[in-house]
Amino acid sequence: MTEPSGDVLLEITDLSLEFRTYRGPIKALNGVSLNVRAGEIVGIVGESGCGKSVTMMAATRLLPKGSAHITGGGIRLFGNDPMTLSERELQHVRGRLVSTIFQEPMNALNPTRRIGEQIVEVIRRHQRLDNAAATSKASGLLRDMLISEPERIMQAYPFELSGGMRQRVLIAMAFSCEPKLIIADEPTTALDVTVQALILGLIKHKAMSTGTAVVFISHDMAVVSQLCDRLYVLYAGRVAEAGTTASVLAAPAHPYTRALIRCLPGLAPPKQPLEQIPGTLPDLLDPPAGCLFRARCREANDRCVSVPPLAAMEPARRAACWRRIEETQAA
Amino acid sequence: MTKPPLLSVEDLEVRYRVTSGWFGGADVHAVNGVSFSVAEGETVGIVGESGCGKTTLGQAILGLTDISAGAIKLRGTERDRARRTQLQIIFQDPQSSLDPRLPVWRLITEPLHIRGGYTRKQLIGRATELAVSVGLRPEHVDRYPHEFSGGQRQRIAIARALAVEPALLVLDEPTSALDVSVQAQIVNLLLSLQAERKLSYVLISHDVSLVRHVADRVAVMYLGQIVEEGPTLDVLDAPRHPYTKTLLDAVPSFDRPLTSIAPRAGELPSNRTLPTGCFFRERCPSATTGCELPQVLAPADGLRTVRCHLVTRANDTAVPRTVPRPVFSSPNDAIA
Repeated sequence: MTEPSGDVLLEITDLSLEFRTYRGPIKALNGVSLNVRAGEIVGIVGESGCGKSVTMMAATRLLPKGSAHITGGGIRLFGNDPMTLSERELQHVRGRLVSTIFQEPMNALNPTRRIGEQIVEVIRRHQRLDNAAATSKASGLLRDMLISEPERIMQAYPFELSGGMRQRVLIAMAFSCEPKLIIADEPTTALDVTVQALILGLIKHKAMSTGTAVVFISHDMAVVSQLCDRLYVLYAGRVAEAGTTASVLAAPAHPYTRALIRCLPGLAPPKQPLEQIPGTLPDLLDPPAGCLFRARCREANDRCVSVPPLAAMEPARRAACWRRIEETQAA
Repeated sequence: MTKPPLLSVEDLEVRYRVTSGWFGGADVHAVNGVSFSVAEGETVGIVGESGCGKTTLGQAILGLTDISAGAIKLRGTERDRARRTQLQIIFQDPQSSLDPRLPVWRLITEPLHIRGGYTRKQLIGRATELAVSVGLRPEHVDRYPHEFSGGQRQRIAIARALAVEPALLVLDEPTSALDVSVQAQIVNLLLSLQAERKLSYVLISHDVSLVRHVADRVAVMYLGQIVEEGPTLDVLDAPRHPYTKTLLDAVPSFDRPLTSIAPRAGELPSNRTLPTGCFFRERCPSATTGCELPQVLAPADGLRTVRCHLVTRANDTAVPRTVPRPVFSSPNDAIA
């Protein structure tokens, strides 16, 4: 696979992770491998429970200590293993190098403090700036987010703003310390399409102008196709397929990716039955051996009882499917 | 005279009294003069952004919220209590629309239970029949909602709605809480039930591609008004109202790159005090003189009505969107 050039900011290798519950360990990740290079926009797509958020939360060590346990593989974030960093080093990584935009902007803002104070606090915590400089930087950032009266917004409390406005404040905050990597976890899922289009445009424009890498987590294939250079399709805590967005969408290799694209109503003729994926997600308390998609797959055969590796296909593509591996070898 | 339509909504207005603040309350104008009709076996899609009044409209049709003005008629006569069972609703979130303490057979037959006059055995029998018709297994009727996935719960909700043999279902964001693969299963179920039972649907959704797939006609709502209404493909492929164009341009799609930052993609004005003149004027790219007057929904081309004097007075040919949307047979064509 031809990787875009640039430093690897985040490298996750064969990561397995489980949540220990009273019913037994839930195997949320079963060998996820991905990497993110400087300046690129990478999409992580999949349905609920596929491990897309868990992967990125593990990378920034945001998962609760008691219940989440890494059982295999490793994470390199800016060359360090986040699990071995001290709290102080971790604060530096999370503030200056990586920042996260979450789905629900109301929960990410402090409801009792003005917007301006919250942005200034973030800036001053990580950068040597006095209050006046931080304030003017904050208003500049808000203006970049096409907020016409940043001074008025900075005096407002979060509840006074609409969802789209709050999300723009959070994006401004995420970019405020000039991080190298931004993790955007479904930042537009709670928003209307017109606001979503605006937010996606702002993220893309700001990331490209500052050279920031973005990991964009989404369940929406169409959104990812508009925004991302490369994408990873996750299924049941494993990467099913990875490659450049255009090549994956043009000719999806993994049967799961194919089904995921074909079941969208926009692509079928009106009123005709949509292609559906039979069955349900495997039980992650007791995942089946071999390919996790096997039970729902039309192309499954005897070989699928063993786990398929994420094998390179041509060009710029990898897929974890024995069928595709056989076809590649035959060619 | 022609047969009256199954459902007709006439000049419907819904206002909510908000009692907050020191100086009494204000009214929220949720629905402001909506008229449309649904024929037998027809699906009408209602699209719009959050706060445009589409959910309130659906609830008003059912009688779940009081109407302030206007009328809702079933086959030409005002719907009364006795005939409300002709109308049923499917809610967005099957997690909260099913009582967690009732077994599935009891959930499905709740409407019959309220009607009364059935034995327990009859109810279980009917529940099993309905469960099978929505793709559940007969043994599922003894289980409780928490034992089911989101898609299966939505099937239970559909079975419950069908228990009283309704003529029309209001589908309020029926698949928004579901993953795409499950959404496809529910959409297919709704399409096949409609074909079998000659059901009419009012499909309320923010998902334009879902509405495009399922609906025969579509009404686009903005701030409690219908701004454009007509056959689905006419409206969604060649929108005439400026708001419809703005909305459709924002819909993410495989075949269109991200539109450059759209400054018009603002937010709805307050529905406490309605704007004078055209409601969309402030965000409208083609606002001009005449827009300060209230707009009426007037016939444009074909079977379409549009609430914009620029369109209905200058009745020129439809202006297609920048990139016309082709119909794909396979995802492979989508990228080419």
